[in-house]
Amino acid sequence: MSNLLQVRDLHVTFVTPDRTVHAVNGVSFDVRRGETLGILGESGSGKSVTLRSILKLHPEHRTRWSGSIKLEDDEILSMTGGALADLRGNRVSMIFQEPATAFDPVFTIGHQIGETVRRHTGKSEADSLKRARELLEMVRIPSPTQRLKAYPHEMSGGMRQRAMIALALSCDPSLLLADEPTTALDATVQIQVLLLIRELQRELDLGVIFVTHDIGVAVEVSDRIGVMYAGKLVELADVEQMVAAPKHPYSRGLLASTVQGGMRGQRLEAIPGAPPDLAEVPTACSFAPRCKFAEPRCLAAPPPLNAVTEHHLVRCVLAA
Amino acid sequence: MAIQSPSLEIAGAAPVRALTPASRGYWQSVRRRLGRDPVTLICTAVLLLIVASALAAPWLGLADPYKTSMIRRLYPLGSPSFLLGTDELGRDMFSRLIYGGRLSLFMGVTPVACALLIGGTLGITAGFSGGWVNMMIMRIMDVFYAFPSVLLAISLSGAMGAGAENTLIALTLVFIPPICRVSESVTTQVRGFDFVDAARASGASALTIVRVHVLGNVLGPILVYATSLISVAIILAAGLSFLGLGVKPPEPEWGLMLNTLRQAIYVNPVLAALPGVMIFITSICFNLMSDGLRAAMDVKA
Amino acid sequence: MDALLSNPDRGGPVQPLLTATGLRKHFPVMGGLLGRTTKVVRAVDDLSLSVAKGETLGVVGESGCGKSTVARLLIRLLKPDRGTMVLDGDPVDEPHGITINELRRQVQMVFQDSYASLNPRLTIVETLAFAPKAHGVPAAEARARSRDLLAKVGLDPNSFADRYPHELSGGQRQRVNIARALALQPRLVILDEAVSALDKSVEAQVLNMLVDLKSELGLTYLFISHDLNVVQYLSNRVLVMYLGKIVEIGDVDAIYGNPLHPYTRALLSARPSMNPRQRTQEAPIQGDPPNPIDPPSGCRFRTRCPFAEDVCAKAEPILTDTGAQEVACHMRVRNSGHTKAP
Repeated sequence: MSNLLQVRDLHVTFVTPDRTVHAVNGVSFDVRRGETLGILGESGSGKSVTLRSILKLHPEHRTRWSGSIKLEDDEILSMTGGALADLRGNRVSMIFQEPATAFDPVFTIGHQIGETVRRHTGKSEADSLKRARELLEMVRIPSPTQRLKAYPHEMSGGMRQRAMIALALSCDPSLLLADEPTTALDATVQIQVLLLIRELQRELDLGVIFVTHDIGVAVEVSDRIGVMYAGKLVELADVEQMVAAPKHPYSRGLLASTVQGGMRGQRLEAIPGAPPDLAEVPTACSFAPRCKFAEPRCLAAPPPLNAVTEHHLVRCVLAA
Repeated sequence: MAIQSPSLEIAGAAPVRALTPASRGYWQSVRRRLGRDPVTLICTAVLLLIVASALAAPWLGLADPYKTSMIRRLYPLGSPSFLLGTDELGRDMFSRLIYGGRLSLFMGVTPVACALLIGGTLGITAGFSGGWVNMMIMRIMDVFYAFPSVLLAISLSGAMGAGAENTLIALTLVFIPPICRVSESVTTQVRGFDFVDAARASGASALTIVRVHVLGNVLGPILVYATSLISVAIILAAGLSFLGLGVKPPEPEWGLMLNTLRQAIYVNPVLAALPGVMIFITSICFNLMSDGLRAAMDVKA
Repeated sequence: MDALLSNPDRGGPVQPLLTATGLRKHFPVMGGLLGRTTKVVRAVDDLSLSVAKGETLGVVGESGCGKSTVARLLIRLLKPDRGTMVLDGDPVDEPHGITINELRRQVQMVFQDSYASLNPRLTIVETLAFAPKAHGVPAAEARARSRDLLAKVGLDPNSFADRYPHELSGGQRQRVNIARALALQPRLVILDEAVSALDKSVEAQVLNMLVDLKSELGLTYLFISHDLNVVQYLSNRVLVMYLGKIVEIGDVDAIYGNPLHPYTRALLSARPSMNPRQRTQEAPIQGDPPNPIDPPSGCRFRTRCPFAEDVCAKAEPILTDTGAQEVACHMRVRNSGHTKAP
């Protein structure tokens, strides 16, 4: 099966008069149709920046990209203007954390979804509205015909998130990008939305990249999980491997420090310290200062990506 | 051979941005950003020049701004010993423009400063107290808001009579409601922040909370708004003088000068426009400086 | 004036530290032509709870359940419409009891980390010294105490005392929030989503620290969170809220091991699975948590409850003791009229 998305050696740097941030430092991965890649990381890991780079969403005047992002042989990083506008929402769509700000408050849901359909497919207004209604049904919103006339503020958080998914899928994209879409939702709503995304991915044979900081969420939706730290992918494996036998000290630390009820009474294994400042390009293993297995060679040079098995990659000298 | 990891006791010892040796307070950041903004720097320089010349006027060796001469009326620009010509009563224009700056600037800045004191206090009180205190203060302000500022200034001046002092009072009254409104809005916003709740939860008195926590956070935006009003004040004061309601002749004041030079438009238009040019430059500089201040204060830190 | 001597214990270990009875807080929603109150948000309705000395009482619930309002009522940042409070035997804000200011000496709150939780214009040590200074501690001594507090929460005073909040990471700011709550040496600390905004690895550090501080300083915690795993980890007893009311309360093992209320069950099974081979196949309940304006009549959960019957719409269930825990559900009350009642 050929790759839907191919990312090779992506570097993203933000340059402002105040400071420079090397947000992404050499990330490579592939995504196929019909599979979900979960990207797990904490704040500052570069996971959101990576995702947004696939649509080149950052302002051009202060962002430097290098590397390659190919969607079925089309190089995204060299696209501009019209080509980008055709890509966004059409072949690749994105859903965000805050559904409240994804919609314009002065237009109805039906109008906004219909407008996107019209813009990309050129359908008539009546046909677009029909398609909008189909989409609302697809995301399991009850009473879809009435909801077409609803304004964003009239809907609950969970429903707005579903509407945002409908908007994202309106033009039949092949790749769906999800940037922490359930982080702001209540637990009972979050699980509904996660199940919906899983079902839709199966029904529409989508490729999905799901960014999250919550391991449980990543496990529920992903086929493979990539763990990011300080702008690099430190581990990439099938979800079962990642949960059962993570190899990178950071992944292991992350799993160990995630609170589960069964840990009651025991001290939590916290990873000491804090993530590094990204003002400089890393010249060594970024995790070494916090790693209990660190050796002098970890501070000498950045560790390469080692293949523990064909599908399990670990960026650590200890995994060679 | 593991490297000594920091002990869990001081687990967070290294600050994330370890490279800044000394921490930068908010106002220091603002000053730094202002220093990098060329537009604001130029405007500030121009204003300083105008203010300095106005303050130092008596010692600059200028001609007497009150000395009239019926022979030397309406000399054009560039006349020998009259750099900018003379006005309709033969007085040296250059000297009158600089001396005029004293009154015009004074009439511009003083009402805003007074209104800042009064309106700011009322607004912060209303914003922090909420409830019926807020309602009372803001509804009274609303009454004044019903009048357009120019009309209000004219009617107040007209009622009190002409003269510099009455103009000052009238303009102060005109500016109190807008400053009060901005102060109230900003204070209400800050009041909702968690750190104010935490301060209330510590049992401190309202006055202490306002002094320590609220003022530092609201003065910035209020100040920006007030500086943008200075240009309005200068123009209003000039306008009132032009209408005969403000400064009385023979005092040099830009607005008054515009009025008395009206006839000269047919003879020497450039001369007649000079006071207007001064008003224009001063207002623009204050406005741009205020914009620059707002942008510099919009630090996401 | 040494106003900050530790507050003495009165009444011994059996007397609850804080008791609240019948708390009610409704917020008017401005609407209508003249800004008159047309609707009311019934944030907290007739809520009673009691916190024992030295325990950690966890409070869980989703948006609109009223848990943050309860926190603010207990520390009197909001005035309750109805209800009373008793702190270690002393009634609060009543003629023969303690004043609100005295309540605040003994009950403090840690807020969720956000850009608004610390004053951006003050240095860390100035923020920490504010409360003691407001209570009459001289400036130099307040400063010294603040530096000690910083060390206690794991931040080196020499590096952090004169920094500004924007220079700190989320975890560090939250440590400062905790230090601020401890500045007046309280007995009860209310933690309102105190670790929710933190990364998981930082959360673990802060949780360890909270456990240490509790035993070192003899504190009592009221831990409010939407994260069920963290609540299970920290708490001795747990309280589940829905739309302004308590639906279940009891020992943590009882609630998590054998949840009796349908909402508690749904909440617990809504947690994402950590086992990729046993993923969640069906959402435990549908829909969103409803709005506390105009809650349903009778049992407020009945609109989403798979077991709802006529009696649920007619009568509001009261908290009933079932041995291990207390539940507010008609299915657990003898002869309530529900077909599943005992």
